[in-house]
Amino acid sequence: MQGIIRQKPELPALPDLRNLGTILRILLAVNGAALVVALARAPRLAQVIGEWVSLTGFVEPHLLADLAVLWLLYPPLAKLPYGLATLSIAGITVAIAAAVHVPVIYASSLDAESLLRQVLFALAAQYLLLAYFRLRARALSPAITEARLQALQARIRPHFLFNSINAVLSLVRREPQRAETALEDMAELFRVLMRDNRDLTPLADEVELCRQYLDLEKLRLGDRLDVDWNVKSMPGDAMVPPLMLQPLLENAVYHGIEPSSERGTVSINIFMSRDEVHVLLKNPYRATGGSHHSGNKMALANVRERLALHFDAEASLDSRVNRDSYEVHIRVPYRGAKARSSEAERREPVLKPVERGSVPRNERSRVGLTVAALPYPEVSRG
Amino acid sequence: MAEMPLRVLIVDDEAPARRRLRELLDDCTAALPIAVVGEAQNGREALDLLQSAPAELVLTDIHMPDMDGIELARHLLKVPHPPVVIFTTAFHEHALAAFEVNAVDYLVKPVRVQRLLAALQKVPRLRPVMADRISHLPASARRFLSVTERSRVVLVPVDDIVYLKAELKYITIRTPQREYLLEESLTRLEQEFGTRFVRVHRNCLVARDYIRGFERRVNDDGDAHWEVLLDGVNESLPVSRRQQFVVREIGREALNNQAA
Repeated sequence: MQGIIRQKPELPALPDLRNLGTILRILLAVNGAALVVALARAPRLAQVIGEWVSLTGFVEPHLLADLAVLWLLYPPLAKLPYGLATLSIAGITVAIAAAVHVPVIYASSLDAESLLRQVLFALAAQYLLLAYFRLRARALSPAITEARLQALQARIRPHFLFNSINAVLSLVRREPQRAETALEDMAELFRVLMRDNRDLTPLADEVELCRQYLDLEKLRLGDRLDVDWNVKSMPGDAMVPPLMLQPLLENAVYHGIEPSSERGTVSINIFMSRDEVHVLLKNPYRATGGSHHSGNKMALANVRERLALHFDAEASLDSRVNRDSYEVHIRVPYRGAKARSSEAERREPVLKPVERGSVPRNERSRVGLTVAALPYPEVSRG
Repeated sequence: MAEMPLRVLIVDDEAPARRRLRELLDDCTAALPIAVVGEAQNGREALDLLQSAPAELVLTDIHMPDMDGIELARHLLKVPHPPVVIFTTAFHEHALAAFEVNAVDYLVKPVRVQRLLAALQKVPRLRPVMADRISHLPASARRFLSVTERSRVVLVPVDDIVYLKAELKYITIRTPQREYLLEESLTRLEQEFGTRFVRVHRNCLVARDYIRGFERRVNDDGDAHWEVLLDGVNESLPVSRRQQFVVREIGREALNNQAA
């Protein structure tokens, strides 16, 4: 499962019935349809609302029960071929219509015909919605290719590449062993940067990549760069878009550390809270109005867009400028490693063993709740 | 034949990059006598160093904190015997294009020893930094203005400047501490620093950050005009009739800031 967008868009597939965005769209569509019916049926405009309320009273129990059942049954449904899956959903809908409405018919004086009408309305709505989601997935499949391209664009600044090579060259004669380590780090980094970055990757891998990246920056910048890692309680198996953090850290170094000759700290704080993974990045920032911070918005927009493509409304990225620091807050839904794609499994593991799953899940949830409660208003950098 | 060694100053904010250049310069000594007079971490340090240890060649990075390479080159124009400047840069698409166009010398990092040696051998034939070439480089606003006093270059941080006032041939720079004389055009300064300064008079730019307020004054002959009150210096400056709109503009900004 790769968020609301399927990995193989050429095959029709069910929408992710556990995704908040999908559920919201369904609720809006059905209630919108009810409103249209109300508009058509009400003899006067003033009565539309009343008509709508009574209609939704009729529709809503069925709809909510249907959504709940589908939420529960989604994993097995998603494994069925598309045609069979849609038929099963139709069956579920009819069954729930019967379950919800038969008591109503007995209790009130409604006739059996209303049940038939209800079933037809539900099936029509369901057919239209499934068609809509299929079209949407098809429309977004170029977008997922786009996401890959954007991941390409999110790749490291040439500035960093050449400066790093230069730094390694300076080590070759006097400290050949450090030069070796640095070259190995660079190889790892570029291996990740050059692979197909369409699939989600485990958070632990992304963090490891960031460590290698920051080690290289430290080689160049020496004492000027301090890194404060706070990832003890992060869920290493959470699946995130590749290169979700590295471009932002690169920004943090480029805009927060390089413009000043003083020491600066980049801090990374990752924790889990209520089934969501939170990432807080912070770097020093001085408003100087130089040309040094163009390009920052591009990286932010890039990561934000990819988050939206993979997670829709369930992920967010906010940034804010404080007096002397700059903060980025990322929130993504926790998707465990069970959803990991085969591509990810084939890859060489680059994890440090201590970091994955060393903290029990319920303990993770407790950490950092207070921080998560902070509001992060959207602030654009002027 | 005992040749005088070529005196070189290395300027780069990254220690490994400085070390690498030093190694490469060492490699060149077999072909050409070279003396490294020092290393600086940014343009400001470089200027300081050059006052006591003059060099014929400055090898400078472009991107540096405090003062970047291009600003350094601009200030070096005022040194009594300006050195040749060769920029070293890792990657800087736009700047490099501008360098090509203006025939400014540069080396791309990582630098090859052959390229470095070729550049060093060219130095005696090169002319020192050229004002017109440097001025066409895509530079951000300077962080310092430089003035020459008793054949030394003095840097005035732009942050410290309260106002700039054109008088006959010179511009007076006023800081809370003292005044300096500068030979530049007020219009060019206004363009370079954009919104930092506001023109209150045909001959005067005032730093927004130092404006405390405005006051309406009436002359003995009954004419009324506005005066800018300043922080840091116990002076006030007249606002010309043509520039009166800035009083309202700044007043409105101040109100907005209060509200926000």
